[in-house]
Amino acid sequence: MSGDRTPSDRADVCVVGAGPAGALVAHQLGKRGYDVVVLEAGERFDPADREERMERSIRPGHGPLDVWEMGGDRDAYSSSGGIEYPLNSARVKGVGGSTLHWQGMVMRLHEIDFELASRTGVGDDWPIAYDDLRPYYAAAESELGVAGAADNPFAPPREEPFPMPAFRPSYSDSLFAEACDDLGIAMHSVPNARNSEPYDDRGECVGFGTCKPVCPSGAKYSADVHVRKAENEGVRVVDRAPVQRLVHDAAGDSVESAVYATPDGREHTQEARAFVLAAGGVEIPRLLLLSASERYPDGLANSSGLVGRCFMDHLFAGMGGTLDEPTRQNHVGFITSESHQFYDEADEDVGPFKLEFLNYAGPSPVEMALSGDEWGDDLLDTLRDGYGGHVAMGALAGQRPRERNRVTLDPSVTDDHGNPVPEIQWSLDDRTRNTLRRANEIQRDVLTELGVDIEWSVGPENTGPAFHHMGTTRMGTDPAESVVNPELRTHDLGNLWVPSSSVFVTSGAMNPTLTIAALALKAADHVDEAL
Amino acid sequence: MELTRRDALAALGSGGVVAGVGVAGLHRSLSELPDDGRDLTPERERDLLVAVARIVYPSELDGVSEFVETYVAGRAADRDGYRESVRAALVTLDERARTWRDAEFLSLDGAEREAHLRELGVDAADPDPTGTDAERIRYFVVNELLYALYTSPTGGELVGIENPQGHPGGTDTYRRGPR
Ligand SMILES: Cc1cc2nc3c(=O)[nH]c(=O)nc-3n(C[C@H](O)[C@H](O)[C@H](O)COP(=O)(O)OP(=O)(O)OC[C@H]3O[C@@H](n4cnc5c(N)ncnc54)[C@H](O)[C@@H]3O)c2cc1C
Ligand code: SF4
Repeated sequence: MSGDRTPSDRADVCVVGAGPAGALVAHQLGKRGYDVVVLEAGERFDPADREERMERSIRPGHGPLDVWEMGGDRDAYSSSGGIEYPLNSARVKGVGGSTLHWQGMVMRLHEIDFELASRTGVGDDWPIAYDDLRPYYAAAESELGVAGAADNPFAPPREEPFPMPAFRPSYSDSLFAEACDDLGIAMHSVPNARNSEPYDDRGECVGFGTCKPVCPSGAKYSADVHVRKAENEGVRVVDRAPVQRLVHDAAGDSVESAVYATPDGREHTQEARAFVLAAGGVEIPRLLLLSASERYPDGLANSSGLVGRCFMDHLFAGMGGTLDEPTRQNHVGFITSESHQFYDEADEDVGPFKLEFLNYAGPSPVEMALSGDEWGDDLLDTLRDGYGGHVAMGALAGQRPRERNRVTLDPSVTDDHGNPVPEIQWSLDDRTRNTLRRANEIQRDVLTELGVDIEWSVGPENTGPAFHHMGTTRMGTDPAESVVNPELRTHDLGNLWVPSSSVFVTSGAMNPTLTIAALALKAADHVDEAL
Repeated sequence: MELTRRDALAALGSGGVVAGVGVAGLHRSLSELPDDGRDLTPERERDLLVAVARIVYPSELDGVSEFVETYVAGRAADRDGYRESVRAALVTLDERARTWRDAEFLSLDGAEREAHLRELGVDAADPDPTGTDAERIRYFVVNELLYALYTSPTGGELVGIENPQGHPGGTDTYRRGPR
């Protein structure tokens, strides 16, 4: 199946990328009877190798990128603009995309995220509202399989229950709960794309505790699930087939074909009636820029000049330390409580943020054991001292859209096919710094109330990205100020759709993938209508 | 604390080995495995592994020998090239003892064995499957043994975590308070 990489004779839809966005669109359209071809740059990983990948993630002697075989010429990139962006830690190329590595937290954006400009004067409003996406959110939750509960008083309105019950709070959550109670901070469950009971032919979570970067049991959702479902509907998925450029018709009104490379060194041309770009928030703008033509010298779908601009990520703020009692960390690799209490307080000066209560604070004993200089009884003493009383909180903060933050091409560096690599130009603005500072304040209050000896913090000075690539083909109604319309079709080319976080107008501070999935389901409807 | 065959099976289970061949399909001893032509009998291979395990494992553990043999035999059958690398590292360890100490590793007493490992630099070496002798011994012998122990429930419990990372111990333990 993956042996034949020649183009399909006749395709209704060509999807670029087999992460959650591409897999969901392909599955939906396959189900409706269309001929769909998915071209995926990375390889098809064998699920039977997942334990070995898990071991690589735990054992020193393997780099973090080895787990999913990222890096090298294929994945070269440049970074500039202020803060270094570690792009290859922030994505996976392969059938399943970055969800092979992800953590699997899946929240809906809040209503305020869609109307931030009206409510706070910052950024822009989205051309769609929460209510437009609401049915798609529910459908996305059932596709991915989300374990959640209705105990979050700050969540946007929903009618239907989550497909699975939430994972119950951890022991350390119960310690935090007392402190938060005293401070008037409400904790609640976290929606997880992870089976709390058997769902969709996948078993329940068995507690390997290595969810990020790999879940050996398959209890954590990853998009290879929908690739398999799509293939069962007759969709063709070609791996190791990176698309090099899109080619448009003479008039420049529509895309005619995708030119892709194969491991044998050849190039092929896949024609289709509709094209869906689902290559993630960095490779989508890159591919559009690489597809520049005489008619579109600045890149495809780029009449607005905004392709690649307004790049945003979520920023991490965190704090942690130790208590004089066991806190029972590192049993599982996911979190069970958050607080979204401060999210909707976003204003001109402070952006939205959410608070996380970690279940994996401090070192894991196995990893400590394998990287120390000791063994025998000395090692055991060190492990006992090292494991035990750690606690930590995290937070994600939203970033405002700014044109100077962008993905562009770096012609001085080329990838394994001779194409200029993506250059991430990224910097922080004062509002984002304020937001991180505010999150740190609350974290300090909670940890102090709990009696924690605070040992580290991550804030405005040393923050890093959460690996959510947003904003680079923003959505809008005005072709001069946006790249895609509310139906996720590019303004310039009538048969090119982009279901991705790249269309986000503002970032919010919720992990983006549930919204990506909702947009993918919405895009599938629009492609269907158009065909 | 007692290490059991069940611990070894649990550690193998984490590595997917049991899922692959089933408990009944597991090799119980190294002598059931094919001969690779290297000058190292299965008995000696086991004895060397157990000798190193007694150094790197806490002294309070019993049952080390059966645990180690079950684990290594199970892994060897599951992963291509794995046992050769372990055996190559063991042969290096032994050869160095002969040239540096004029004695076989197994004929040294406990303190001398440990001193030998340290002189080789195995304690401070960064584990690397394709590295120097010390780095390979660290990766394929010392860390292999430590990985087996500390991803097993008994190994975890020594430290206070009955469901260590890498072990599929279910979703109850994270909710339990300290005992
Ligand atoms: C460590 C980590 C943790 C994360 N945790 C969370 C979380 O808890 N919650 C959350 O919501 N999100 C999380 N994310 C983000 C999440 O993984 C992404 O939002 C999501 O995978 C994006 O889906 P996508 O389909 O748009 O892109 P991707 O999943 O990145 O898939 C894009 C695919 O397109 C392919 N591709 C790229 N270029 C080409 C080309 N030219 N031709 C063909 N194929 C191409 C790539 O190989 C890739 O397989 C995390 C990410 C990381 C890295
Ligand atoms: S804890 Fe994480 S890695 Fe383990 S089974 Fe559950 S989801 Fe998978």
